[in-house]
Amino acid sequence: MKTLSVLGWSGIGLLYVPLLAVAVASFNAGRHGVAWKGFTVDWYVKLLGNQVVAEATVNTLLVAGISTIVATVLGTLLALGLARTPWPRPVRGGLDVLIHLPVVTPDIILAAALVVAFAVLRLLGPLAEVWFAPGLLQIIIGHITFEIPFVALIVMARLTMIGRSQEEAARDLYASTWRLYTRVLLPQLAPAIAAGALLAFSLSLDDFIIAFFTCGPGTETLPVLIYGQMARGVSPELHALSTLIFVATVLLVVGAARLQGSRAAAS
Amino acid sequence: MTEAQGQGPGAQGQGPGAQGQGPGAPTIDAGELTTFARLRRRGAVLIGGGALWLLLFLAVPLALVFAAAFCETAGYGAVKLSLTWDNLGRVAGWGVFGWEADNLRILLRTVVVAGLTTVLCLALALPMAFWIARQPQSRRGLLLALLMIPFCTNLVIRIAGWTVLLSNQSWLAGLAQQLGAIGPEDGLYPGTFAVLLGMVTTFLPFAVLPLYAVVERLDWTLVEAARDLHSGPWRTARHAILPQIMPGLVAAGILTFVPALGMFLVTDRLGSGKFMLVGNLIQQQVGRDTPYLSALCLTLVAATLIGIAILRWRAREVPVA
Repeated sequence: MKTLSVLGWSGIGLLYVPLLAVAVASFNAGRHGVAWKGFTVDWYVKLLGNQVVAEATVNTLLVAGISTIVATVLGTLLALGLARTPWPRPVRGGLDVLIHLPVVTPDIILAAALVVAFAVLRLLGPLAEVWFAPGLLQIIIGHITFEIPFVALIVMARLTMIGRSQEEAARDLYASTWRLYTRVLLPQLAPAIAAGALLAFSLSLDDFIIAFFTCGPGTETLPVLIYGQMARGVSPELHALSTLIFVATVLLVVGAARLQGSRAAAS
Repeated sequence: MTEAQGQGPGAQGQGPGAQGQGPGAPTIDAGELTTFARLRRRGAVLIGGGALWLLLFLAVPLALVFAAAFCETAGYGAVKLSLTWDNLGRVAGWGVFGWEADNLRILLRTVVVAGLTTVLCLALALPMAFWIARQPQSRRGLLLALLMIPFCTNLVIRIAGWTVLLSNQSWLAGLAQQLGAIGPEDGLYPGTFAVLLGMVTTFLPFAVLPLYAVVERLDWTLVEAARDLHSGPWRTARHAILPQIMPGLVAAGILTFVPALGMFLVTDRLGSGKFMLVGNLIQQQVGRDTPYLSALCLTLVAATLIGIAILRWRAREVPVA
């Protein structure tokens, strides 16, 4: 047990030391290198006035917000249509493959495939060339694509769990299809839909490679911005930005856990 | 095919009378008097948007990658229609100046690095999974959350952290310099050590979570039974524990190996310029030579599928008890 504890804590430690290093470096007064030159919060102050960072933050939130909304709607409908329709076997098989494809495809392949597809789309004409130029639209489309299956799979699991007896009861009481979906199914699915949306949002924030492959000038997201600056050498301002993103991540994870905990307690 | 075969797990409310009838025949679905045709029309409306989206932006792009791998390049990402094996030949090393071993070396290095990462991750994740599973209930949630937080933090930030920790001015590099492991002015990165460290820490949570899921449900009575029958620690582990945790090991292996094959960020930032993986090759060709890019993607997909097949096949080799 003693050895296990040591191994366990060192494993967790390995995950945290780089994050801790970034946080410490963000308070370092020295502009160059990592040698400690005293404590300062200057880099955080400078970050507030940084136009490029502000733009990238807006881009990141825009991409995450829009892609989450679209993916949650499409994913939920997809789950309902898949779980509650007596599809012939070949159709169901095809849909199953389609929905699992983004989950098993390595993200670099998904990103490269989108690059190739948009390159082909741009051949369609001068208008398509403008529409499908690298930029936010491409990133959003890419993110929606890998978020849909995660939402659909979570909602589908819930649909299987709640069974059909309440639907039967509603039908016996002459509920229309619309009322059945909005008054009976939707309230029961709400926790699963919320969990799916939360996962979609965090997947979008976590993505680097799709944004990196498909973004254009001025449409970088925060991870792409940090990567680009890293190539020019580490800067303390960058570490301040990274530390803030890390804090936001912690709050998101803890918030999600709380949400789930209170729901578990309520039900 | 009868209609009953087509029913999914969702259509449980179906009466036995619905079997073997056409799509227009009346049926009862969850208390609603309807027909299969109507149910399917409703289903088509529901899945329409999502299915069309996935077809358009996933299935079609993947098919285009497959097709483009056999086309000719027209420069700056553009593609000229044709049918050629040149791109796949270039992946294997044939170029304008004859055959070179560079690409094969990169392919081999990719498989070796991904394999080594997987082995190291599993070796560290297994004791971690046992450790977490044997904690009191309240403590387990906390430890899992501790694992989830770095997992959810963007990889770019974690790599930036390693560049700080391993740079030539850090205390860690200073220690290595004192010990004589590296030159007096060198840092611990870029290099193979930094790449492996980056890879293992990237994928460690991927390995711990599925392993924890099986270890938590481990049937310890089997272990007790083995002990009662005077089985030594090795035989107990091999016959009482290993068969039980095999599904978790395979899942953890796939979840680590597959993304490790496609990794480019870690080698790009923590490796020297010469330490390239297939992911780095792919990244270099984005917006340049689309057919070559496609051929590289095909190679990576093939390697992924072979890797998964091998892991699954190895899993079947271990008999229960």
